Amino acid sequence: MSLQVRTMADMMASGETPEILFWVGCAGSFDDRAKKITKALVKILNHCKVNFAVLGSEESCTGDPAKRAGNEFTFQMQALMNIELLNGYEVKKIVTACPHCFNTLKNEYPGLGGTYEVIHHTQLIQDLINTGKLTLADNGTFKGKKITFHDPCYLGRANDVYEAPRALIEKLDAALVEMKRCKTNGLCCGAGGAQMFKEAEKGNKEINIERTEDALETKAGIIATGCPFCNTMMTDGVKHFEKEEDIKVLDIAELIANAADL
Amino acid sequence: MQQLLFGVLTLFSFGFFAFNLRKISQNIHLGQALDRSDNKAERWRTMLLVALGQKKMFSRPIPALLHLALYSAFVITQIELIEILVDGLSGSHRFFQDSLGAFYTFMISFIELLSVLAFFGTLAFLARRNMLKLPRLNMKELAGWPTQDANLILIMEIVLIACIFTMNGADEAALQLKSKSGNGFLISSIVGPLFFGSIQDLHTLHLLEQIGWWGHIIMVYTFMNYLPYSKHLHIFMAFPNTYYSKLEPKGQFTNMQSVTNEVKLMLDPNADPYAAAPTDAAPARFGAKDVTDLTWKNLMDAYSCTECGRCTSACPANTTGKLLSPRKIMMDTRDRMVELGDFKRKNGPDAEDGKSLLGSYITEEELWACTSCNACVQECPVNIDPLSIIIDLRRFLVMEESKVPTELTGMLTNIENNGAPWQFAATERLNWANED
Repeated sequence: MSLQVRTMADMMASGETPEILFWVGCAGSFDDRAKKITKALVKILNHCKVNFAVLGSEESCTGDPAKRAGNEFTFQMQALMNIELLNGYEVKKIVTACPHCFNTLKNEYPGLGGTYEVIHHTQLIQDLINTGKLTLADNGTFKGKKITFHDPCYLGRANDVYEAPRALIEKLDAALVEMKRCKTNGLCCGAGGAQMFKEAEKGNKEINIERTEDALETKAGIIATGCPFCNTMMTDGVKHFEKEEDIKVLDIAELIANAADL
Repeated sequence: MQQLLFGVLTLFSFGFFAFNLRKISQNIHLGQALDRSDNKAERWRTMLLVALGQKKMFSRPIPALLHLALYSAFVITQIELIEILVDGLSGSHRFFQDSLGAFYTFMISFIELLSVLAFFGTLAFLARRNMLKLPRLNMKELAGWPTQDANLILIMEIVLIACIFTMNGADEAALQLKSKSGNGFLISSIVGPLFFGSIQDLHTLHLLEQIGWWGHIIMVYTFMNYLPYSKHLHIFMAFPNTYYSKLEPKGQFTNMQSVTNEVKLMLDPNADPYAAAPTDAAPARFGAKDVTDLTWKNLMDAYSCTECGRCTSACPANTTGKLLSPRKIMMDTRDRMVELGDFKRKNGPDAEDGKSLLGSYITEEELWACTSCNACVQECPVNIDPLSIIIDLRRFLVMEESKVPTELTGMLTNIENNGAPWQFAATERLNWANED
């Protein structure tokens, strides 16, 4: 089944208002791996008949990497333009699969005039399951599998969201195994603070290798993430250890879409 | 004579301490304004839980318990200090003993018990630093003075406790020698006869008690006046510092108002580009180059740091061998603040010494290693925020000096040109919807 995706502009033209805006983010729009996460989430939204829209070509970077890199000008230029657009569409609620967009939209836009209810996609999916709109097929896809969850810094420590992704893994009938550093003690994947876009400073190890070692120790067959950048870093880490045959790095949305036979 | 001596010593100690507190306050006020007067109830709650209740210490139970022994002994001993002050000024001996009776015995026994725990805690801390060589307590930023400082504090604590038991123990032995029944305090009734029971001379025992008493109070005053020069100042600073904690989500960075004003002007088609900028809006500079560009809370953070290194041991950059250490950021901030504060007091408030936090203390390489993951902020037992200093220094590098790592220049240009950190056109944003 093809994806049903409408833009805000399109909906506005036909006089409709979506319940929620799906903020896709730059990674979710352009990165080949992250696009799969975007599509998995849209499959879930379509299946549950969620009335949502995207901004499409009108969406622009939230400014997060510019802000973390110290360029407040570029950040605020992006923020003020985005806020004008969002307020113009009278957006009330936003869901995003990127913790960096999530943090910026939720915490840093209100001070600049953009106040919205912002949720992470794991929170939305949890809500869809809790309200009975989404049921996971009893297909045993993950039965008995070990899954470990890597906490994205901008979801966990930055915004105290630890439970939603874990609650979803537990719904998969899989065994959730925690890494030695998890939740508030979770180790960064190495991508935050604009590091994604530069080489690491001189050191004796890459951060994503250190973190992948944590994940390998758990003997989990799946490393679950909730962030497109963590996904890239962990995937690279698994490749470094030549374990890509045994260990998959998947977003929570992909796991759920899989378990719901979508 | 003794009372006079005690009075002068007390006056001098408190006077000198107040003099140093004023310096500390002046130094903190070198920082920029920041409003943390909101949410009083939550602030009190944070202070009670984090500072008084030591909540964040307990993420590592063993040092937490050792620390709790020292901390509670320190807090409870302050009650005994009241009696020492009264006795010292009036010449009385155990002023509250008769009026409080059994409660007095209980209180002193309690203090003695905590002091014994603190004694063993202190030995354990010395062992962890110097024999077990815990990695986070033996990093290169601690070489020299910081290591001596840490050991000196622990040794002072041992001397302090030894004085308490010399005082109470000799008193006990003297009483038993006189009347066969002592004070009956929990620990000194055992260690008193043990150490001093062989002394059959009342005069010597009184002398020993005096030595313990004077030694104790002199150590207390020394300790108090040593604090302003030491990392150990955290015992006071932890309280205001947790009260003024950042209460927003950790991921929320400040939006710079000075930038908002300029960006709004740029985006407003009706704005007159030649109009004079409002005078109050223009900051001296964007971001921070020196401690005077940081907020007073950043500077209070620096004074609150006791160099435990939990931040650094949790820092992903540091644990993978990068130069960045959040603890060093805080130590550098404090050292620079003290240096600049002293310089300005000597040479006038507008004097410049040609040095700065960024450059003279902290290098660009350290700043660019940060992933902004907030692990350091999460770890700090007294809610210090090294990340906000790192970001403010980055802001200066980027916005004032255009010193950006090359790859980041590309990322920033892409955002400015096509609204994404990579070179993709906005028109391609929805391509995924039609791809397989």
